Formats: sequence, C-alpha cells, structure tokens
Amino acid sequence: MATPVIVTKKRREAEVDLNRFPFTENDLPGLGRQENLPEFLREYRLRGWNLFQTIPMPSTNDEAWRRTDLRGLRASELTLRAEVPKRGLRPPRNLLKPLVGKRHGGQIILVPTQNPTIAVNEEWRQQGIVFTDFRTAQVQHPDFLANSIGQIVRPEEGKFAALATAFAEDGVIVYIPRGVRLKEPLHSVVWSPGIRLARFTRLLVWVDDDAELTLVHEVASPNQSEGQSFHAGIVEIHVGKGAHLTFVEMQSWGNDVWNFTHERARVERDGTLDWIFGSVGSQLTKTFMEIDLVGEGATGKMSGFYFTNGNQHLDHDTQQNHFAPHTTSDLLFKGALQDRSRSVWQGMIYVAPGAQKTDGYQANRNLTLSPQARADSIPGLEIMADDVRCTHGATVGKIDEEQLFYLLSRGIPRNEAIRLIVEGFFEPIMERVPYGGVRQRFRTAIKQKIG
Amino acid sequence: MSELQIVDLHVNVNDREILKGVNLTVRQGEVHALMGPNGTGKSTLAYTLMGHPNYEVTQGEVWFKGQNILELEADQRAHLGLFLAFQYPVAIPGVSVANFLRAAINARRKIENPEDKGIPIPEFRKQLKKVMDSLRMDHTFASRYLNDGFSGGEKKRAEVLQMAMLRPEIAIMDETDSGLDIDALRIVAEGVNTLRGPDLGVLVITHYQRILNYIKPDFVHIMLDGRIVESGGADLALHLEEHGYDWLKNKAEVMVR
Repeated sequence: MATPVIVTKKRREAEVDLNRFPFTENDLPGLGRQENLPEFLREYRLRGWNLFQTIPMPSTNDEAWRRTDLRGLRASELTLRAEVPKRGLRPPRNLLKPLVGKRHGGQIILVPTQNPTIAVNEEWRQQGIVFTDFRTAQVQHPDFLANSIGQIVRPEEGKFAALATAFAEDGVIVYIPRGVRLKEPLHSVVWSPGIRLARFTRLLVWVDDDAELTLVHEVASPNQSEGQSFHAGIVEIHVGKGAHLTFVEMQSWGNDVWNFTHERARVERDGTLDWIFGSVGSQLTKTFMEIDLVGEGATGKMSGFYFTNGNQHLDHDTQQNHFAPHTTSDLLFKGALQDRSRSVWQGMIYVAPGAQKTDGYQANRNLTLSPQARADSIPGLEIMADDVRCTHGATVGKIDEEQLFYLLSRGIPRNEAIRLIVEGFFEPIMERVPYGGVRQRFRTAIKQKIG
Repeated sequence: MSELQIVDLHVNVNDREILKGVNLTVRQGEVHALMGPNGTGKSTLAYTLMGHPNYEVTQGEVWFKGQNILELEADQRAHLGLFLAFQYPVAIPGVSVANFLRAAINARRKIENPEDKGIPIPEFRKQLKKVMDSLRMDHTFASRYLNDGFSGGEKKRAEVLQMAMLRPEIAIMDETDSGLDIDALRIVAEGVNTLRGPDLGVLVITHYQRILNYIKPDFVHIMLDGRIVESGGADLALHLEEHGYDWLKNKAEVMVR
C-alpha cells in the first residue's frame, strides 16, 4: 500500500540502510577457487545466499514477528572478522564444567579465529560415533553431511535461516550409530567474543534408530558495551526409531547480541526427545523451536527456562507438530522478567489429519518482577484430527504482596524473599530437569538477575 | 527482659480509622489474651504490629527493645524477636517448609554476624525433626511446599512450627484457633504451651474463649470498636463466656462520649 506521507518514507529508507547487512557473495566461506568445498555444500551455501537476498527483512507486519521489532538492529555495522583481545578468547571456566553428571564423555569448544578444541573417547570413534566440528566433518564425513544437512531446517524458512545456511562454518556435528547407547554426556560450547561480530553456527545431531544420547550445547559470549553483535544459527535434530535424546541447550549470549535461530527436532516412531532449554542472555532473541513427531508413538518433551532483565527482549516461538497417531508432546516454558525487559512466547500445537490418539500439552507461565516488564503469552491449537487430547494454559502474574509480607515477617529480607518466591515459581521446571548441574545454573541465573 | 509497649495506637485502613487509641504492654514470660467480637480491630492490631504495608498508623508508638518499631520494616521487626502467627497463612508454591525455615534462620544469623555461613544442614535437620516430633508432625511435612494445599489444621501447626524454630521473644497469635477442630486445637495449644516460659511473651488473639481452656492466659483484654475497654485476669474470659459482650458495649459508648 502506498503511503502519501513522504517524510515517513524517507525515514524508512534510512532505517533500511542501517538495517542492511554489509556482506556480499565474495564473503561466503569456502567458495574461493583454491578451496575444495564439497560440491553439495557449495550449492547449499549459494542457495542460502540467494534466498537471503530475496527474503525481505522480517517486519512487525509478519505474524511471527509482530511483537519483535528488528528496526533497531544495526546490521550495516557488523563484521565477519572481529579483533578479539587474546585474554577474551578463553571461555569462562563455569561454561566448561559438566552440567550433567560428573564428567563429559566428550567436549568441543568453538572460539572464533581459533582451531576447535575437540576431546573425544578414541573407542567411540571406532564404534562409528561422530562428534566433531563442522569444518572437520566436511573433510571426514562428507557423505553423511550430504545426506543430512539442511534436511530438517530448510534455508527457505526465513531470512536468518538462509543467512546461516550461507555463512555458518562453525558448528557441531554429532552422529550416534544405530543401537549405540552412550551413557556419558557430550558437551559442546560455542564461545563468541568480538565486538560487532556476526557469528553463524549450526548444530546437527543425528541419533540413529535405538541409539541413546545426552548432549549439552552451550552458546555464550561476554557482555560487550560497544556496538551490537549478531548470531544466526540452525539446529537440526533427528531422533531415530526407538532412539532417545536428551538435549540440554543453554543460551547465555552477551547483552550486545541479537540472536536468531531456527531449531527443529524430528522424532521417528517410538523415539523420545527430552529438550531442556535455558535462555538468559542476548539483547534480543528470536528463536523458532519445533518438534515434529513423525512416527507413531513418538514423544517430545520441552522444558524452557528464561529470565530477562534490563531492556532484553526474548521471543520464543514453539511448535509441537503431531504428524502421526499416538504421539505425545509436553511443553512447559516458564519465565521471569525484571526491569523493562520483555518476553514473548508464542506456542502452537498442530495435529495433522489422521494423527488420532495424540496427546498434546503446552503451558507458559510468566512472573513479572517490575511494573515496566512485559510478557506476552500466546498459546495456540490447530487440530485436524477428531480423537485427540490437547490442553494448554498461559499466564502472566506478578509477585503477590501477601507472599512477600509473609516471608518478610519471618525475617527474610526483601531481595531474598523475592528470590525464594521466584525459585518457587521455577520449581516445576526444576522438577523436569534431572540434572543438578543444570538446576544449579538456573539458580545462579536467578540470583544474578535479581542481584 | 524485653517488652512490647503499645502506646495510643491509631490505625487507618483505606482511610477509615480502625484502631482508635490502643494501649497495651506485653512482657516476655506473660501470656495475654485479646478478645472481642469480629470487626473490632484485633487482626488490624496484629498486622500493624508486624508492619503490613496496608495499615496506616496515624498516631501512637510501639516500643520494643528501645526502638519505635513502627519505623522498621517487617523483616527488621522479626530480627528484633517479634513473630506473628497468621490467621490465614500464605501459600508459597515451590518453596519447601525446610528451605523456607532455613532461609529465615540464616537471615537472622546473618544480622547477628555478617560473616555467618548459615546454619549447618545436619544441625538444622536435627532441630527441625525435634520440633516436628513435639508437634506430632510427620517428617515428610518438611519437604512439602509451604502452606500449599495444607489443611486448616496443618497451616496452623506450620505456624507453631515456625514459631518454635525461630524462637521469638514476643509472639502474636492471630486467631490461631479459628477453623480448627478440637483435636487440632489441642495439638496447637500444646505446642504453644511447650514454648511458654520466661523468654516468650504471647498475645493470643481470639474471639472464642475455647482456646483459653488450653492456653491459660495471665491477662485478658477485651477490644471493642478499636479500643481496649476492659482488662483483667483469666476469669474475665470466663465472665465473657457467660455474659457475652453486651455489658461492655455500654461501657464502650460511655468511653466514646
């Protein structure tokens, strides 16, 4: 629709310029003549690049982006190679500690401009287990990559999916062969210092039939007071027939990061996925997280924890897709908000025609700790089958003054009382997380955010 | 020997005067009963003493340990040794009785000694079990969420449990008997009686004489329309049981004039 107000149009143009990414086709990684990028990857990156150019920047006119405004993103100032002071390259020690159990079975640490640190049990390699970074996998496992990459999250899904398709060189690739039940958890850490850095990552997890895995994946960066940084990521997960994956994903980006991810898990017949998600960092986040239950008897569980403060804006868009009969999904996302921060949760349970006897549940609970904080909670059901059980709930509440007075009257100081109430609020999430290390991490986040 | 001294206390709730000049002194070691029909300001007095923000003091003072506690926050009043057993204890979902009590005990230890690292967990557990046994509470009670889904009797017992663990010098018990059957009442009263002694002063607020059969008061005060209109010994409660409040109402009217 044309607008007759010329001034408005001018303003928009200025914003668009600031909003425009400075990258060109020449920046695409691995496409130079001397580089021997596998052909499928060359095509894949170019496809991503072309889509990126044709898909417009999301605006608040798009339903999925209605509550998340990108006009403040200064994309034009971003760089692909940021100088990082040497001492900033080391991830903080608490990121490297095991969150699940006492020790890792394997660990990958990815830091910009550095070779990846990969520690993995030699026996596992002989069993056919792959746990490596994306670049190494291009050399060592090109056939596996050719058959799996981009199958679950397609570059067409959005501007940032396309961008990550084109640019992501950093990443973690996991393959657990059929029937292999890995008892020790794997741990991958993406640490991302660098002012105005645009970082692109991907995670591909393929758990073959009857296999079992626990994976802890952390993305983090330091708080940087100068400029904006950026991350676009793709997470693709395949849980095979009768397989089981516990996926613990922790997002603690620095307060300068604008973070965009497309994440999807596909669960085959009788497979189970337990997805635990903690989101406390970034300036702005928009995350699409989906579970596709594609085989009969598949189960997907999602437990989300978020806590915002300052002027953070976190937008989690979840989708539970029941494509087959007798599938079960169970989602609980809980968030607390401080200061002027904002959260959006938009959830959908979709039941495909013929997906009878499915059981879907979704609930989102928010606790606002300041009158300026705002949480939007939008549940949704789209049910095309007639014999299903789907329930949902969404609430936004604030700290009850009577609860506060009760705790104060017992000599508990105000801040401590608020912390207790908030911890109590998150307890239903804690109960779903069987790992003391993860729970402790959440508690630490609560403590830090309340201050 | 500390004492809680209430001097000419006037309190408004929603701009309406509810307490119209209350004078009362409770010393450690004494048990006072405050009686009166519903709506005369008894609970207002309890909440005001503990520092609830909805109660606006327009006049008067409350002295405790050399301080006018009306200037203190509720948690600071608790640190001085004041305790309120709530008529309607508030549920805190997700926070276990044990965690809550430990937080309360540690908060006070920290005031006394900023270096304090908190009560050692084995010591805390031992203490908690002992008190729960004396109140005939199942030990699983400690891991339940505070007042969340508790029956009326459980809530009141949990209040007495907190009182026993926090060892106040002056405790105000606001209608602790309401909603209790006779067995629960007896258990709660026994709990209070085991805490009785030279270190504890108690103000029992009630509108029934019933609880006073189990917790024998040293003094009885009667409140009508925001004032204490009569004070006496334990026999005053019995007199009230027999004759009701009517004989006092005339007296209250005379006072107003």
